Amino acid sequence: MFYREAGQFKTSYKKDQAILPIFQDKIAMVGMLLFCFVVIPMFATDYWLTSILVPFLALSLAALGLNVLTGYAGQISLGTAAFMAVGAFAAFNLQVRVPEIPFLVAFLWGGLCAAGVGILFGLPSLRIKGFYLAVATLAAQFFIEWLFTHFDWFTNYSTSGVITAPPMTLLGMAIDNPLSKYFLVLSIVVICAFLIRNLIRSEIGRSWMAVRDMDIAAEAIGINLMKTKLLAFGVSSFLCGLSGALWAYVVLGTVEPQAFDIARSFEILFMVVIGGLGSVSGAFLGAGFMILLPILLNNLGALITGGTISTETIAHIEYMVFGALIIFFLIVEPNGLARLWQTGKEKLRLWPFPY
Amino acid sequence: MFRFLSSITSFFVFFVVSIAIAGEHFVPITSYRTGPYGVSGAPAANGYVDYLKMINARDGGVAGVKLAWEECETAYKPDRFVECYERLKNKGEAGATVFQPLGTGLTYSVIDRLAADKIPLITMGYGRTDASDGSVFPWVFPLMANYWSISTAKIKFIGEQEGGMDNLKGLKIANVYHDSAYGKETLPVLLKQAEKYGFELKGFPVAHPGLDQKATWLNVRRYKPDYVILRGWGVMNQTSIKEAARQRIPANKLVGVIWSCSELDTVPAGKAAIGYNCSSLINPGSDYKVFDDILKYVYDAGEGTGEREEVGNQQNYKMGVLMGIMTVESINKATEKYGNKPMSGEQVRWGIENLDLNEARLKEMGIEGFIPAFKVSCSDHEGSAPVKFQTWNGKAFEPASDWISTDQSIVRPLIEASAAGYAKEKGITPGCNG
Repeated sequence: MFYREAGQFKTSYKKDQAILPIFQDKIAMVGMLLFCFVVIPMFATDYWLTSILVPFLALSLAALGLNVLTGYAGQISLGTAAFMAVGAFAAFNLQVRVPEIPFLVAFLWGGLCAAGVGILFGLPSLRIKGFYLAVATLAAQFFIEWLFTHFDWFTNYSTSGVITAPPMTLLGMAIDNPLSKYFLVLSIVVICAFLIRNLIRSEIGRSWMAVRDMDIAAEAIGINLMKTKLLAFGVSSFLCGLSGALWAYVVLGTVEPQAFDIARSFEILFMVVIGGLGSVSGAFLGAGFMILLPILLNNLGALITGGTISTETIAHIEYMVFGALIIFFLIVEPNGLARLWQTGKEKLRLWPFPY
Repeated sequence: MFRFLSSITSFFVFFVVSIAIAGEHFVPITSYRTGPYGVSGAPAANGYVDYLKMINARDGGVAGVKLAWEECETAYKPDRFVECYERLKNKGEAGATVFQPLGTGLTYSVIDRLAADKIPLITMGYGRTDASDGSVFPWVFPLMANYWSISTAKIKFIGEQEGGMDNLKGLKIANVYHDSAYGKETLPVLLKQAEKYGFELKGFPVAHPGLDQKATWLNVRRYKPDYVILRGWGVMNQTSIKEAARQRIPANKLVGVIWSCSELDTVPAGKAAIGYNCSSLINPGSDYKVFDDILKYVYDAGEGTGEREEVGNQQNYKMGVLMGIMTVESINKATEKYGNKPMSGEQVRWGIENLDLNEARLKEMGIEGFIPAFKVSCSDHEGSAPVKFQTWNGKAFEPASDWISTDQSIVRPLIEASAAGYAKEKGITPGCNG
């Protein structure tokens, strides 16, 4: 009833090609941005900002990156955390060696280094596909982790092997309290999400989807497979590198290579699978699910039992519920939460009529 | 929509739970009972909680105010620890008193927040090592002994075994370490000691998690060391002990660090561990009044957190009790200055910085001989306590040495240099304001 397009006519090509062609979608997007930028900072506590929203945003950026690679370009990758690590360490190294550089430039540099490494480890994709490519990217994961642990140059010869992010200042303001950190991460993520949304709808995005669906046919119609696949790896790793830099600088403050281990790669892969392969909102939905659900279960457990059941049992129940929900989602809706959302929107267009 | 529901629910959860604790000292317990290190973390958490329960039951709390606590599962992951920290830091009437992360990586992830939140951190026997210089790290306390101090004690122990520090000249010492930040942290101080005493040192990293060490120990065998320092954590320890036996390196030539020194490491290694020496912050044995009190006031009342057999007999459990002792003593000291009311983090920080556990106080608390006497000050957040060495006889740990003091003449300059570097990086002006 309220999601009808009746009466909305496009009078120019420009209007037809807009990202959000339906008026209600435009209102919803503006509303959501207002909510994120205005309402949440007004009401959220420090705990919510620091422990839930900022990690959620940082990881959703990585999930977005992996979604570009796996969901849109069809190249399976298990090296996401390695590219995050490259981003984090590259940004740190630049700032430590050239202290005058603003941290945003360091973030961009981290992203670019991660893109370079991503392209390097994406070279096998020109010859192998699917499961075998996943194993090749696994090599990236272990190699990068080993590299940062073994060569002290990367941690600036710190005795403990951890890197401590230098303090961030933007236009004279220090970014050290939860609110400013939240705004920083939110701005970066919103900009990247819009850019990726646009990229997906462009020729590059279409060539990625063609490669994903059937690469031989894509090659037959003239898409350069090498450029397309390597570009996918590059863009995806750039986002992962940016996410890693955010993780090191904003979320944790100090990071050792173990923070970007294989478990983190799997976590982001699960986010993308649950959220929905091949959709921008899927990255956010998946990240929200994976980050919020354990915390919610933990808190519910503490509330309901009031301390009579040990935290160990609650943690184990968390794993079980989590696993069961993942299995449930994959059976009921293999295309992820994004597909559920899309189905919901389609039903809304007809509501209140059943068909 | 899912997020909306969960946010509404969580909001009510926090609201309800936070008003439940009032009029008590709040002790947050960030334990890890699951995950790869859960087997070490669970007994430690049990010890911590049991000690707090005992103090409440036997003494009615600290200075007449009861202790309240809440456990939060970190699974030894820094991001979960940060979430637990943020969740628990404002609980209780005066906020959280002190955090004890029991993990170096976890410690690092919150150091930068402590000054703003005004909550101290006790990191007994682990990182951040340069926090021993309290003028740069006012909120972090690596109490009793940090990694570097324990390393100097280890070399002294080896010297003792050889009959004198002069006999260290020309010895070959292998350092088998966990290939991580934790494992590499003692390399600089070991190299400095190698220079000073004239022994040869070679490092052998073991990739995490350390279940497959055959190649490493073949190399160690080829090196023909006189002693092997074992710096492991988790499952690496038992594998190392077994591999050493397989390579015919006698167990009494192995010297483990305090985190390679528990029944969890020696029992699975079986006969290979007999004669294994390792360092410890506490005296082996269970014959202390504090454990009798725990059994009497907590377990006999049916309130025991873990298994009865653990009390006083398990190294990690005893370390947990030690953590409880440190917390309670710091709160106690703080009440001496600030009065008999729930203590805040800032007040407990003063308490820790002015801790003076001398022999008389230890006797009063029923832990005489369990730990050595030591004193904390602003410049010395460590307390420079001596370290004990124990040896495994197949059934239990026995003392292998007396309390060996650490060599601060080597350690202190390194700490001050490292802390000064950190101060410069972060723009902190070091100073002791008490």
